Amino acid sequence: MKRANPTRQRLAALGLLGVPLLTYPLLSLPGGEWAGIPATYLYLFGVWAGLIALAAWVAERRGP
Amino acid sequence: MLSGWFVALLATGYLGLLFAVARFGDARADAGKSIISANVYALSLAVYCTSWTFYGSVGRATSGGLSFLTIYLGPTLMLLCVGVIIKMIRISKAQRITSIADFIASRYGKSQLLAGMVTVIAVIGVVPYIALQLKAMAASVDVLLEHAGNGVEVWGLDSTFLMAVVLAFFSILFGTRHLDATERHEGMVAAVAFESVVKLVAFMAVGLFVTYGMFGGLGDLFQRASASADLGRLLELDSGRAGTWSALIILSGLAIIFLPRQFQIIVVENVDESHLKRAVWLFPLYLLLINIFVLPLALGGLLHFDGQSVNPDTFVLTLPLVHGAEALALLAFIGGLSAATGMVIVETIALSTMVCNDLVMPILLRSTGNFIEKRSDLSGLLLGIRRAAIALILLLGYVYFRAAGEAYALVAIGLISFAAVAQFAPAMFGGMYWKQGTRAGAVAGLLAGFVVWLYTLLLPSFAKSGWISSGFVEQGLFGIGWLKAQALFGLAGLDEISHSLWWSMLANIGAYVAVSLNSRPDAVEASQAERFVDVFRFDSRNTEARLWRGKASPDALVGLLERFLGAARAGQQLAAYAAARKAGNWRNLPADAEFVQFAEAELAGAIGSASARVMVASVAQEEDLGLEEVLDILDEATQVRAHSRELEAKQRELEAATAELREANERLRELDRMKDDFISTVTHELRTPLTSIRALSEMLHEDPRIELADRKRFLGIIVNEAERLTRLINQILDLARMESGRAEWTTGEVDLGEVARESMASVEQLFRDKGVALDSDIPASGLVVLADRDRLMQVMINLLSNAVKFVAGGTGQVHVKLGVAAGLIRVEVRDNGPGLTPEECGVIFEKFRQGGNTMTDKPQGTGLGLPISRQIVEYFGGNLWVESAPGAGANFIFTVPLPVPEDNNGRQTK
Repeated sequence: MKRANPTRQRLAALGLLGVPLLTYPLLSLPGGEWAGIPATYLYLFGVWAGLIALAAWVAERRGP
Repeated sequence: MLSGWFVALLATGYLGLLFAVARFGDARADAGKSIISANVYALSLAVYCTSWTFYGSVGRATSGGLSFLTIYLGPTLMLLCVGVIIKMIRISKAQRITSIADFIASRYGKSQLLAGMVTVIAVIGVVPYIALQLKAMAASVDVLLEHAGNGVEVWGLDSTFLMAVVLAFFSILFGTRHLDATERHEGMVAAVAFESVVKLVAFMAVGLFVTYGMFGGLGDLFQRASASADLGRLLELDSGRAGTWSALIILSGLAIIFLPRQFQIIVVENVDESHLKRAVWLFPLYLLLINIFVLPLALGGLLHFDGQSVNPDTFVLTLPLVHGAEALALLAFIGGLSAATGMVIVETIALSTMVCNDLVMPILLRSTGNFIEKRSDLSGLLLGIRRAAIALILLLGYVYFRAAGEAYALVAIGLISFAAVAQFAPAMFGGMYWKQGTRAGAVAGLLAGFVVWLYTLLLPSFAKSGWISSGFVEQGLFGIGWLKAQALFGLAGLDEISHSLWWSMLANIGAYVAVSLNSRPDAVEASQAERFVDVFRFDSRNTEARLWRGKASPDALVGLLERFLGAARAGQQLAAYAAARKAGNWRNLPADAEFVQFAEAELAGAIGSASARVMVASVAQEEDLGLEEVLDILDEATQVRAHSRELEAKQRELEAATAELREANERLRELDRMKDDFISTVTHELRTPLTSIRALSEMLHEDPRIELADRKRFLGIIVNEAERLTRLINQILDLARMESGRAEWTTGEVDLGEVARESMASVEQLFRDKGVALDSDIPASGLVVLADRDRLMQVMINLLSNAVKFVAGGTGQVHVKLGVAAGLIRVEVRDNGPGLTPEECGVIFEKFRQGGNTMTDKPQGTGLGLPISRQIVEYFGGNLWVESAPGAGANFIFTVPLPVPEDNNGRQTK
C-alpha cells in the first residue's frame, strides 16, 4: 500500500499556508510604503517569493 | 515608422524558428532522446500566460491596481497541491485519457453524453479565447505600423487570417503526428517551452526599459504615481473587494488545471511524474518574474500618456515606440506573438482531440454505421477529422474575432473562459475522491453550472456588446426582478465574475451531490469509480480480469484495432502486448478479459474511452455482471487488500521478533564467552599460590637437611599463600553470589561516618607499619543511609588497604573525606601514590585486574576487591569510580543515595 508521501504533504501544507497569507483580511495589513515602494506591492511579491523559495527547498532537497 | 514588410518578415522568421524547434523536438523524440526535461516541462506550463497576460495584464492594472495578480497567485497555490495533480496524471496514464472530456466521461462509466457535454462547454468557453489571441496579434501589428483598422493586408489577404492559417498548419503538423492522442507531442511541447522563454525575456526587457530607462527606477515611478490622486488609488488594495480577490484566486487556481490546454500540457504531455517537483516552484517563479513589471508598466504608461487616449492594453508596445526604441518594440511584438501562438497551438490541439473523439466519433459511430462498416482502415479518417477540427476551431476563432471586433464580449472573455472551465471542478474532484459520485450527478451538476454561467456571465457579455437585448440584465427575465442576470435573487454588490462563480458553483455542486446521492451507479460506473478513486491502490492484475466476463473473438478485436489504428500500428502494439505476456504471437493468446482490456485501452488512446467502449461492445458479447456482482468483486478486492496488509503487518512483527531473538542469542553467547574467560582466569589465579605452596612443601618433604631458619621462612610463605588462596576462594564465592543475586544483605540504618571511622581504626596498624599518614574530614552528623553495614565496611577497608598498598612508605598520605550533595553521600579516599593512566582507570574495576605491573611485580591482591566493592555500592543505588592521572595520586570515590523522605501519604516516592 502507498504510504503518504512527506514531500507532497509538505508542499500541500505550504499551499494551505499561502491561502491566508495571500487573501483578506491579512492582505489589508501592509500599508504605507517602504523605501518609496508601496508596502502592499512588497508584501505580495515578498510572500509569493517566500512561498516559491520554500517550495523549491522542499521539492529539490534530497533525502528520505 | 516600421515597414509592414519588415514586420511580416520578422514574424515569418520567428514562426520558422518555431517550426525548427518543434521539428528538432520531434526528431529527438523519434530517436529516443527526449529533450523534455523537468525544466522544459515547467516552462511549457507557462502556456498559461497568453497574450491576455502579455498585453492584458497591464491594461487590467491600469484600472484595478494589483488585483491582476490574483490570476497568477491562484495557480501558484494550486500547483502546491501536487498530490491532486499526480493523482490526475496517474489515472490518466492508467486509463489512457486523452483530454479533460475523456477524463470526466471515463470516470462516470465511459459516458458519451458526458464527454460530449464537456466538449461543448469547453468549445463555447474557449473558442472566444482563441479569438482574443488573434485579436491581440492583429492589434499589435496595428500599433507597430501605427494605423487603425484590423490587421494588414498581404497579397490581398488579411494578415491575421494568414497567421491563423500558419498556426493551423503548425498544429496539424506537430499536433496530429500520432493517431494515439495519449502519445506525447514533444515537438509541440518544446516549441511552447521555447516560446515561454521568449515572452518572459521580451516582457522583462520592456519592463526594465520603462522602469529604469524612462523613469528613475521603481521608487521614482511609485513616488510619481502616488503624487496623483488617480494613480495613487492603484497602489492601494481596496479591501472592499476582498470577495472578488478570493474568487479570482479560486477561479485561476481551477483554470490552471482544467483549461483544456493546461490539462493537455500538465497531464497528457507529462513524461515523468517527478518533473512536477521542478514545476511546482519553477512555474510560479516564472509567473512572479513576468508580473514584477506589470504595475510599473501600467503606471509608466498612465504617467507618460496622461490625458491621451492610448489603449492601456498596448502600453507594452507603445512605450518603447514613443521613445524610438524600435528594436525593443519589435522584441515585445515577438513576445506577444509567442504568447498568442503558444496558447492557440496547444488549445486547438486539445480541443480538436475532444471534438474528434467526443463529438464527431459518437455521431459517426451511431448514425452511419454502414459507412464505418465499409471502411477497412479508419485511422486516416480519424486523423483527417482531427486535422479538420483544428482548422475549423481556428476558423471559428477567426470568424468570432472578425464579428466581435472591439466588443465587450471579446475583451472580457479571459475570465469568462476561466469561469466556464471551473464548472468541471466538482465532477473532476468528486470523481477523483468520492466513489459515490454518479454519472447522473455529474450530468446534472455540469448542466446546472453551465446554464447558470451562460445566464449570468456569457449572455450578459453579449448584451453589453449590444448583440442581444439587455432586458434580462437590467429588468430581469420576463421583467421579473429577482431574475436579473447579474443580481440573481437580489444578490447584488458583487462583481459579475464572483456573482457568477458563486451561483454557478452552488448550482453545480448542489446538483452533483444531490443527484449523486439519489441515484445508483451502473456496473461500469462503480468499477470506474474504484479505478479512479483508488488509483494508487487498485490491484489491476487481480481485479481487472474479473470485472469483464463474456465471449470475444480475437480476430474481431484485432480487426477493430487494425481498422482504427491502421494495420502497422495495430501489429506493433499487438506484438508488444504478446511479448509482455511472454507469448511469441498474439494468436497464441486466449481472447480473455485481459485481451479485451488491452484492445479497449488501445482504442481509447485513439478515439476516447467512451467510443472505445462502444466499439468493443459491438464485437464482443459482454455479459452484464450487474451492479451487485461488480460491487462484490470490488469489495472482495478491498478485502484481499486488507488481508494482504494484515499479512504484511504480521510479517513485520515476525521479523522484529526474529531480530530480537537473534540479539538475545548474541548476548547469551557473549555471556558464555565471558564465563569461559572467567573460569580460565580463576583457575590461573588459584594455580599461582597452589604452585608455590606445592613447590615449597615438596622441598620440605624431600630434603630433611634444610636449615631451621629456611624451614620457618618456607612455612611462613606457605601459610601466607594458603591464606591468600582462602581469601581468593571466599571472594570468588562472594562475587558469584552477588552476581547471581543470592547474596544475603541485611539492610538497616547505617551511619556512614561511623563506618568510615571504624574502618580507619581497623586498618590503622597497616598504615602505621608502612609509615603512611591517614587523616580524615568527616561531618559529625547527617550521614545516615539505608544499607548493609558490614558490606559498606568491606568497601571502605578495601579502598583503604588498596591505598596503603600503592603509596610509598614514609611519605605516603591517604585522606578520607565525606560530604553530602544532591541527595547523595559522597565518600572520597585520596592517596598520593603513583596514580593511574586513563586506560587503567577503566580496567581496574574488571575482575582479576590489578594496579601495577602484574608481569614483573608480585601480585599484591586478589584482583577481586574493586569489582566486589563496585557490586556492593551499585546494589545500594550508588556509584564507584576513580579520578586519577599518572603521578597525581588516585582518588577513589563512591556515592550512596540518602534515603528518600516519606511523603504525606506515607508511601515512598520514587
